[in-house]
Amino acid sequence: MNVLVCVKHVPDTETRVKVAADGLHLDLGEANWVVNPYDEYAVEQGLQLKEKLGGEVTVITVGGDDATKSLRQALAMGADKAVLCSDPAFEDADPWSTARILAAAAAKLPCDLILSGKHGVGGDNQQVGSLLGQLMGIPVVTVVTGMDLEGTSLMLKREIEGGTEVVKASLPCVISCQKGLNEPRYPSLKGIMAAKKKEITAWKAADLGLDPATLAPSFQLKKMELPPPRPAGKILSGEIPDQVKELVKLLHDEAKAI
Amino acid sequence: MAATFQSPDFYRLDDLLTEEQKMTRDTVRGWVQDKVVPVIASHYQACTFPRDLVPEMAQLGLLGPTLPEAYGCAGMDQVAAGLVMQELERGDSAMRSFASVQGSLVMYPIFTYGSEAQKDHWLPRLARGEAIGCFGLTEPDAGSDPGSMKTRAERRGDAWVLNGTKMWITNGTMADVAVVWARTPEGFGGFLVEKGTPGFSAPEMKGKLSLRASVTSELIFEDCPVPEANRLPAARGLKAPLSCLNQARYGIAWGVVGAAAACYDEALRYARERIMFEGPIARFQLVQDKLVWMLNEITKAQLLVWKLGKMKDEGTLRHAQVSLAKMNCVWMARECARLARDIEGANGILDEYCAMRHMQNLESVYTYEGTHDVHKLVVGADITGYEAFRTVTAPVDR
Repeated sequence: MNVLVCVKHVPDTETRVKVAADGLHLDLGEANWVVNPYDEYAVEQGLQLKEKLGGEVTVITVGGDDATKSLRQALAMGADKAVLCSDPAFEDADPWSTARILAAAAAKLPCDLILSGKHGVGGDNQQVGSLLGQLMGIPVVTVVTGMDLEGTSLMLKREIEGGTEVVKASLPCVISCQKGLNEPRYPSLKGIMAAKKKEITAWKAADLGLDPATLAPSFQLKKMELPPPRPAGKILSGEIPDQVKELVKLLHDEAKAI
Repeated sequence: MAATFQSPDFYRLDDLLTEEQKMTRDTVRGWVQDKVVPVIASHYQACTFPRDLVPEMAQLGLLGPTLPEAYGCAGMDQVAAGLVMQELERGDSAMRSFASVQGSLVMYPIFTYGSEAQKDHWLPRLARGEAIGCFGLTEPDAGSDPGSMKTRAERRGDAWVLNGTKMWITNGTMADVAVVWARTPEGFGGFLVEKGTPGFSAPEMKGKLSLRASVTSELIFEDCPVPEANRLPAARGLKAPLSCLNQARYGIAWGVVGAAAACYDEALRYARERIMFEGPIARFQLVQDKLVWMLNEITKAQLLVWKLGKMKDEGTLRHAQVSLAKMNCVWMARECARLARDIEGANGILDEYCAMRHMQNLESVYTYEGTHDVHKLVVGADITGYEAFRTVTAPVDR
């Protein structure tokens, strides 16, 4: 089975985020950039399928040259090939444009299955996987925590409110992966050395038959701000029965929690 | 502590590293954070080595990382191998000691001085962690001066018979193969002694207040027969074991930078969060003095070991340069651990903080693999031409 895994190069979730002076961008300082953590589940799943069934795992990303770091990481884990979709026209790509770029690239690659993380940390749009399936006219199953192959179909477990749903999907399809699906491997030192020799294909808008004019963002960001600082906590005093009454009253009237 | 480790890199020395070196470092750092940090304090308290982590270390390629792929190793460069040691020792000196012994003191001598049959048999097993090795040079009365060793190997027909005792042997009790150095009629020789050989026992040493998560043993040989096929054919004289120690000392110089960084990171967080006199203690000049001292020494050491690695990769590294690095880096790491513990006050003596554990470990590291003082004299001999430690002075008769 040939698997295409979509990955995103994102700032480490431990990064202290500040809003830049223009109020429209984030100031990430000297943030450490890594593979989107949910995408690691997708890479691992692709590698496990390859080890079981043969075929190849190709990783793909839309991003700048620095995103090759995340592709190399996936290659070091054991992916066979990598594609970097990079073009000045892709710089402000919103989820819709990103999905269009990936769909155009996927059409040029042999793939029986497309995997991605359930969402990319940072942007948190949770749209690209779904849009990609829609654009390609194939099934999409999101937030998947379990996967079994049955003939030419996949039996998939997905998280829903208060329970688990089991879904059957025919191949090819797009699956977005959630924590719990597997335990992503660490790249081995041998894998890191091998990744050095693997080629990364670079595709621009023209290679994908995309008109840059159509890739402009479909929405405009107006303002960014950090959440307000948390107000100081309240400590009750007095006799315990009185405190309990006061607490219930506050939870009901002020916090509106009960 | 639970918070993710932030490595100090005040001079952006990351710019000196290749992508592969950084990925190697980050991989091992992540593994240590996930697998070593959560369990190491309880192993330290229980005086046990986390042996269940050995297969994972092998899978990652941390055992003999610079040896060729033909033996199942990664064929990494020396800087990458140094970074592996740095990250392992950030977890605990026991983890780095295990990898040092397996890679530098067992796989290296077999690779360098062994026969083809010995290499083919042992190296892949040692790389996969299926076999564990130890290195027997030091004796109860022969530490800094290995030439005074008493263990001897005598020829008996086609085989050898070993008699003697080795001491302070990391991994000894759990080792499947011991690289043992002994006097021979020709001088000194190296022998591969397998676990279970008659006359060979390896009791664990008890009562350590340092390196508690590492196995330290005696090796006892009583008319222990060793076939000629188990002698390292190319190892002649003491130069062979000393060359192994040079490999291990290289790894130690890198490793302790990781221990120092762990202590610095922990102390810096603590100083920013610990409120005393209505504010964080990080605002006090005396606390800043300690933190800056640590950062200053760590930054210099980072640059020193990087250059050491470059020289090793070029093949121009001299043993006195390794001695200077081992001496400097362990000293500065031990001081960093003490300062970190100091900043952390009473909390610093608890095992939920790493500083005191590192401090206790570094007391051993300070005097093992060549004491601080002997390394100083090695450098002294290199620059003056006089080997101070060989001078024999008759005691004055009063």
